[in-house]
Amino acid sequence: MLTQLTHDRATLSRRGWLAAAAGLVLGLASSPFSPAKAADDTIKVGVLHSLSGTMAISETTLKDTILFLIDEQNKKGGVLGKKLEAVVVDPASNWPLFAEKARELITKDKVAVVFGCWTSVSRKSVLPVFKELNNILFYPVQYEGEESERNVFYTGAAPNQQAIPAVDYLMKDEKVKRWVLAGTDYVYPRTTNKILEAYLKSKGVKQEDIMINYTPFGHSDWQTIVADIKKFGSAGKKTAVVSTINGDANVPFYKELGNQGIKATDIPVVAFSVGEEELAGIDTKPLVGHLAAWNYFESIKTPANEKFIKDWQAYTKNPKRVTNDPMEAHYIGFNMWVKAVEKAKSTDPDKVIDALPGIEAPNLTGGVSKMLPNHHITKPVFIGEIKGNGQFDVVWKTPGLVAGDAWSKELEGSKDLIGDWVGKKCGNWNTKTNKCGGQGS
Amino acid sequence: MSGHFLDRFRALFLSVVLIASFALPAFAGTFEDAVAKFANDEFSDTEAAIEAVASSGNPLAFPIISALQEERLSADPESKKVFITQADGKIIDAATGAAVDKLPDNAAPVRLNNRLRRTVEAALGSLTLLSPDPAKRVAAAQSVFKSHDENSLSVVEGALAKETDRAAKQAFTEARAAIILFKSDASDNDKLDAVSVIKSHGDQEALALLTSAGPDQPPLVAQAITGAIASIQSNLAMWSAVQNAWYGLSLGSVLLLAAIGLAITFGVMGVINMAHGEMVMLGAYTTFVVQEVIRSRYPGLFDYSLLIAVPLAFLVAGGIGVLIERSIIRFLYGRPLETLLATWGLSLVLQQAVRTVFGPTNREVGNPSWMSGAFELGQITITYNRLWILCFTLAVFAILLAMLRYTALGLEMRAVTQNRRMAASMGIATSRVDALTFGLGSGIAGIAGVALSQIDNVSPNLGQSYIIDSFMVVVFGGVGNLWGTLVGAFTLGIANKFLEPVAGAVLGKIAILVLIILFIQKRPRGLFALKGRAVEA
Repeated sequence: MLTQLTHDRATLSRRGWLAAAAGLVLGLASSPFSPAKAADDTIKVGVLHSLSGTMAISETTLKDTILFLIDEQNKKGGVLGKKLEAVVVDPASNWPLFAEKARELITKDKVAVVFGCWTSVSRKSVLPVFKELNNILFYPVQYEGEESERNVFYTGAAPNQQAIPAVDYLMKDEKVKRWVLAGTDYVYPRTTNKILEAYLKSKGVKQEDIMINYTPFGHSDWQTIVADIKKFGSAGKKTAVVSTINGDANVPFYKELGNQGIKATDIPVVAFSVGEEELAGIDTKPLVGHLAAWNYFESIKTPANEKFIKDWQAYTKNPKRVTNDPMEAHYIGFNMWVKAVEKAKSTDPDKVIDALPGIEAPNLTGGVSKMLPNHHITKPVFIGEIKGNGQFDVVWKTPGLVAGDAWSKELEGSKDLIGDWVGKKCGNWNTKTNKCGGQGS
Repeated sequence: MSGHFLDRFRALFLSVVLIASFALPAFAGTFEDAVAKFANDEFSDTEAAIEAVASSGNPLAFPIISALQEERLSADPESKKVFITQADGKIIDAATGAAVDKLPDNAAPVRLNNRLRRTVEAALGSLTLLSPDPAKRVAAAQSVFKSHDENSLSVVEGALAKETDRAAKQAFTEARAAIILFKSDASDNDKLDAVSVIKSHGDQEALALLTSAGPDQPPLVAQAITGAIASIQSNLAMWSAVQNAWYGLSLGSVLLLAAIGLAITFGVMGVINMAHGEMVMLGAYTTFVVQEVIRSRYPGLFDYSLLIAVPLAFLVAGGIGVLIERSIIRFLYGRPLETLLATWGLSLVLQQAVRTVFGPTNREVGNPSWMSGAFELGQITITYNRLWILCFTLAVFAILLAMLRYTALGLEMRAVTQNRRMAASMGIATSRVDALTFGLGSGIAGIAGVALSQIDNVSPNLGQSYIIDSFMVVVFGGVGNLWGTLVGAFTLGIANKFLEPVAGAVLGKIAILVLIILFIQKRPRGLFALKGRAVEA
């Protein structure tokens, strides 16, 4: 496998001029970030976020976030007396390219750590590379769980840190009895909806009160589905929509909701993938009251958050630039990595991986998040309502921080599993059989 | 709500208070305490305050609650004072009505959540039942219909007795029926009447009301409710077929709009133009730029922004189209594979260029007021933006057809595409016509972008989501035939919308693709194949 790959690369380099020419023609050459010459007095930090293609809409901001955090850290003197240096690559929303670029970052640029990926499929694509070359990936986005890997640190929310508390809120506070689970057709919504369906049934919700609906990526004609939701909601029981609709499809979905006159007071929609960035493209006045569940909102007033927003807007020279949840996840993850490196007094991945569990770093909402042995972190959960100005108003939050579960308690087959890289050195330890291994091994 | 209305309202308010105070417990004396609760910034306290204020009979109740709904009510958490910012910008103390110079520095708007918004709507409903404006009375009656709050019964009945406006009378009758249906001590006969009134209302809201009233009713009433539900459901099922047809037309119009430009560049000229979607995207970004300029310089023109954007988008996309034809495509005529690769590369270049200039995130393109909202036609909801897009598409199609048929340029285009050498020997400058034809196709794609910006994301990826569908429509309809494109688009749209409720959006789309593959096997030239020598040329 490896020899074959090396061979391929040799062939590629012989045709280097051709590739370069093609790259230029296609406008894909992103020269401003080409890696500089290796210098021994810097620590290299890899940034693996798509800057072109479909996911650029979300991931470009995260690239900027890491550059911003590195800049701030360097102002404080860097780490272990060395300056940090970002190596930015563009995997172009192309899943196999993610693996290729990850390999390039680790073998060619010799980065100490990589911050990157957005979609689960891109994370799955780079996983073998990180295992094989033994490096560290910080993954900042809420995901479907069911994973705990030695080389990956998950700073976004697991389902029990976003989906379940949101459903609890709707059940208790809005007295919702009927549920529409609407999502884009890929792994995150499918798994999350499976978890939610099991959870709702465990709370006594009947099958006929749950409607599950999937749509293709980038779906733009929502007329039928919104009409279906309206119909489903007219059964005399309070109805809510739990939306795992991804990225681009959200704007036409919300526009259709607004135009068909579905107000949040009638059928509230709680979304797991809609943040400040996504709302920047819509007029939010018809959407006031629809909900989102995150671990961070820009509108949360804490001194740390106010400073972060101010510095971020100064760094990007854009006083309107918004912040969002995955950015906070990178903020926490980056600071945890810095602390772990300082604790281990080395950037050696093995030492840093061992140092990370137990590391605490302040989050932006006034708490202190902690890296857990399963490589997930503790976070508070907030429910926010959309306001007329495109921001969120927090209407509910968990009393304390919620520990991220790598394996969902709701799903058959994963409820006995735990991830523990400290004691058991295993990502899928089965507590029933006391053995390492099981689903996902 | 206008200040003018508030004034008129105050004059009438006393009479409301008189009627309301019979039905509602009075909270005189505690009014100020109730108002102060708004300052606690706790949802439960706000809810208690709304209920106390709404039932207080105090003339300030209506201004307070409507200010709350419109986020004009602010509270100072320290002094527990609550203020109303009136529509004219003046500020008054909510508890006393006394004028105040300015808001204290730490006063913040009183926050609401969905539960409270419902409480506010219900409270406003019962407070505006006697409004002098019939439309307001109808809205109020409808909100009572939804909340069926027993306390409003006497007010509703009082209003009903005096009502002269037909629509308002109907709304009051229905509101009264809703209350009686849920009133535990109403007689069976009253309830039966109520069921039949609600049944004749006949929409999904009525269905929801009847379904939730179902349990613990006397047997006779329960039976009537079951019957009413069944009849409403069968009625709605019939309407849902009409609804699917409308959705199909609407989807078809979007497909058609995206595909017309391609029907020219690919259909008429035979250029496999993968950058077609990016022309649509450029049109959408032109709309964005136009709106930005209007927002900052001439805010009054916002409702005309789309009309201004249409010719500009045509010029921008058309101009770039001509440029592309002159600089790239003209060297590649007759080499479809190279054209495909070159235009695909071009589409990536354009996307990245837009991403660099405008940033990767979505841009907000607002909907002018005439593009927002919906109206009810029978039991289906028709949204204005979809309706306008359908009209717009048909207009663009008609203009294009007329242009090809009746103008000199149209004649030359047809001549060149049918027989290039013959046309050239008749003295037509074929290369000029090629450039103009490609420009025309691109320009129309740009116009499509203006319309699509109203329903979709304005992002660098906008074009990608339409390119496949556009090719599908053109190939299905028959390459080279505009009428084929029209019929193809509407056939696909309607088929898709009738499949979607049965198979789901994902499977529906797959089914359509499979059907097209089968169809193309049978008729490789599409629905309306061109015949004659032109095809062989």
